[in-house]
Amino acid sequence: MIHTTEIKEAMKMSSKIQGQRETLLSVHDLHVWYELRRFGFSRMGYVKAVDGVSFEMAQGESVAVVGESGCGKSSLMKTILGINIPTRGELIFEGRSLVDLTDEELRNYRFEIGYVQQDPYAALPPFMNVQQILEEPLIISGVKDREKRLERIRRTMTEVKLHPVEDFLHKFPHMLSGGQRRRVVIARAMILEPKMLVADEPVSMLDASVRVEILKLLRALQEKHRLSVIYITHDLSTVKYFSERIFVMYAGSLVEKAETRRLLDIPLHPYTAALLAATSDPDAENSITYKEVPPGEPPSLVNPPKGCRFHPRCARAIAGLCDEKEPVDFEPEPGHFVACWLYKTENST
Amino acid sequence: MNNLKASFQKLLMYPSAMMGIAAILALVVVSIYAMITIPYPEAIRLWRGGEDVWYRNPKFAPPAWINLFSSKKYSESFAVGTADGGMTKTAAPGKNDSTNYEMVHEFDFNYDVYPQDMILYFTSTFKKKQPFASIELVTPDDRTIRIANFVIGNKFTYRFSQDEKLRAKLRADENIPALFSDPETGNVLKGTYRLIITGTTFEPGSDMDVEFVSHGQVFGLAGTDHARRDLTLPLLWGAPVALAFGLMVAIGTTVLTMVIAAVGTWYSGWLDELIQRITEVNLVLPFFALLIMIGTFYSRSIWVILTATILLSIFTGAILGYRAIFLQVKESMYIEAAKAYGASNRRIIFVYLIPRMIPLLIPSLVQAVPAFVFLEASLAVIGLGDPILPTWGKIIQDAQSNGALFKGYYYWVLEPAALLMVTGLAFAVLGFALDRIFNPRLREV
Ligand SMILES: Nc1ncnc2c1ncn2[C@@H]1O[C@H](COP(=O)(O)OP(=O)(O)OP(=O)(O)O)[C@@H](O)[C@H]1O
Ligand code: SF4
Ligand SMILES: [Mg+2]
Repeated sequence: MIHTTEIKEAMKMSSKIQGQRETLLSVHDLHVWYELRRFGFSRMGYVKAVDGVSFEMAQGESVAVVGESGCGKSSLMKTILGINIPTRGELIFEGRSLVDLTDEELRNYRFEIGYVQQDPYAALPPFMNVQQILEEPLIISGVKDREKRLERIRRTMTEVKLHPVEDFLHKFPHMLSGGQRRRVVIARAMILEPKMLVADEPVSMLDASVRVEILKLLRALQEKHRLSVIYITHDLSTVKYFSERIFVMYAGSLVEKAETRRLLDIPLHPYTAALLAATSDPDAENSITYKEVPPGEPPSLVNPPKGCRFHPRCARAIAGLCDEKEPVDFEPEPGHFVACWLYKTENST
Repeated sequence: MNNLKASFQKLLMYPSAMMGIAAILALVVVSIYAMITIPYPEAIRLWRGGEDVWYRNPKFAPPAWINLFSSKKYSESFAVGTADGGMTKTAAPGKNDSTNYEMVHEFDFNYDVYPQDMILYFTSTFKKKQPFASIELVTPDDRTIRIANFVIGNKFTYRFSQDEKLRAKLRADENIPALFSDPETGNVLKGTYRLIITGTTFEPGSDMDVEFVSHGQVFGLAGTDHARRDLTLPLLWGAPVALAFGLMVAIGTTVLTMVIAAVGTWYSGWLDELIQRITEVNLVLPFFALLIMIGTFYSRSIWVILTATILLSIFTGAILGYRAIFLQVKESMYIEAAKAYGASNRRIIFVYLIPRMIPLLIPSLVQAVPAFVFLEASLAVIGLGDPILPTWGKIIQDAQSNGALFKGYYYWVLEPAALLMVTGLAFAVLGFALDRIFNPRLREV
């Protein structure tokens, strides 16, 4: 791993902030299953996009969720955002379970979370200009005064470096570049001054230079507003820019949760290790090369393999255990969780 | 919406669209003019009026401007009266409380075809002794023809064509041609004629007036029908009726279709299923036959027909097309984003789903207008038009039931037909241009 000085600094920062902080969001045993129907009638089974996910996030903490395409990252995020309804499990935000909230409280909950979407080209309505796009959340959240709305729009646009503001206010999405659209999406997520930001692949579909800028921008916003950020990516090389912890997701569940440096330096789960080996550094010269590791296909989410879902691809699989029993979370070192039988300790089963 | 403005500016590049817009604007101007100069109650009164309203006009008279294109000139109609000063009237006191009147009208007759008839309508006031009048016609060659003498009552009508005594005096088969011909050759005698009416009243305070009406062979700008009605009335009033009906049905249908499709796709489930089933049933129902049944058994009021047309036009292929697009838009990421920042269902339908369809809606709305204009006319032609409104379709119906084409009254059919065609074409070419402008845009975004 090659660390630039900047990243090292960022990482020092993040460990410094870590102390005893209030829990903002906790997720318990979350399941999101999509019904699989054929010809619209018969139920064929379920796509188990999220299957037993638990974690806690503190106020101001940033977390990266990493995993292959299709492992259920977006499904997890949409559930946190309240777009998907969980099949089972619980979401607790600021000490209150989401299922207990009234419609009004649920609306307010939505204003507390900003959503930076995966695809900046589809994320903006083509028939609205930048001002209208940014005005929508303000109108919906009940900011009645037009001047006040404009003032907030100007402030947020300056913050995401869409300036001079006047040049952009009346532009339609098709007149903007990919990076500018991204900034509009980020501005829209930030405009209600949320406590938490969910960024779904915020740098996909961008070229390398713009990528770093957007990551820096998100990092700056996070520090300035003490935001909790969930950063979703399938690319490990970008996570170290600003996440304090990394969750590795595989086939609907989180297989390893650890502090960024610990996880990057000593990956415990065989899947994480394989993922790391396949990842190249974005700053390094060999950033274009992509090695097809880990070998094999990601498993079906309809009929996941019995036992450990990774066992058909795992080089270290323990026959008779890994293909029979699903591993639980073990904690080989404090704050470092891993769902793998290799780390089975005496007192846990 | 700057996008829309830019799209409309592109219309300037389509000459056909500009012509369509010009024609539509002209129709709008005509409509406004009609509604201001002949207010609705007045229009209805005139349209339903009989001889008492239209006695001044000839029957079956083509418009006067056909003389411009015809080598034979047809006599034009006119009506003048002493009451409104169109005819001179001089009064001179006579013996024993009597008063002598002279009422004169001079007119040019430069036509090749004689008028249908000439009529004098006398009105007078008296207590016991009825006034007396005598009529003379001075021809261009200075002959003075004594037409008739008679005593007149409060109201008295004298028809030149039906006076047997005059016929005997003129020794002719028909009075009107004889009056306007050279007695030697029998040819039309062109020039200035003078009609002189001398009258006497025999009581103080007694008075008399006359109205001189010539039912020519041609009349006014548009001609007349079998009931002597001036066709400019239904031609003018047909414009607002056709525009209002066409536009209201087109807007009503497109907007309702759009909203119903959006609501159905957004909420999905049984509502969406219901919409689809209704559409399937409606698609096999005979639309025109249903309207005929409603017109025959229920009501021919334009409002009933308008509502029925809208309702029957909502659940057609269009709703399935819109539904297919909405299903795609519904899954789009900006709607997911809207959900994430707490937009209500209603807001998503009206602010996010429907505006996406506006580029599709505008051309289809404009293109739908001609069909509805023609529909209203067709219903009128088969006798199911609104019973009280003067419309283009009604003119055609009257013409048809009076055998207009068979008898050669082509103007009677061609005038409303031409206006219907212009209206239809105007909206069609505009709609076509709009479609070309908006739909590439739809693919682009
Ligand atoms: N609405 C849905 N109905 C049915 N299946 C779905 C739905 N949304 C997602 N899925 C399925 O759930 C699985 C997880 O999808 P998800 O979008 O969460 O993956 P992801 O990790 O975000 O992938 P990517 O990196 O490609 O965005 C996929 O197999 C997908 O096909
Ligand atoms: S549990 Fe077994 S199969 Fe699964 S990752 Fe660990 S060693 Fe490999
Ligand atoms: Mg995704």
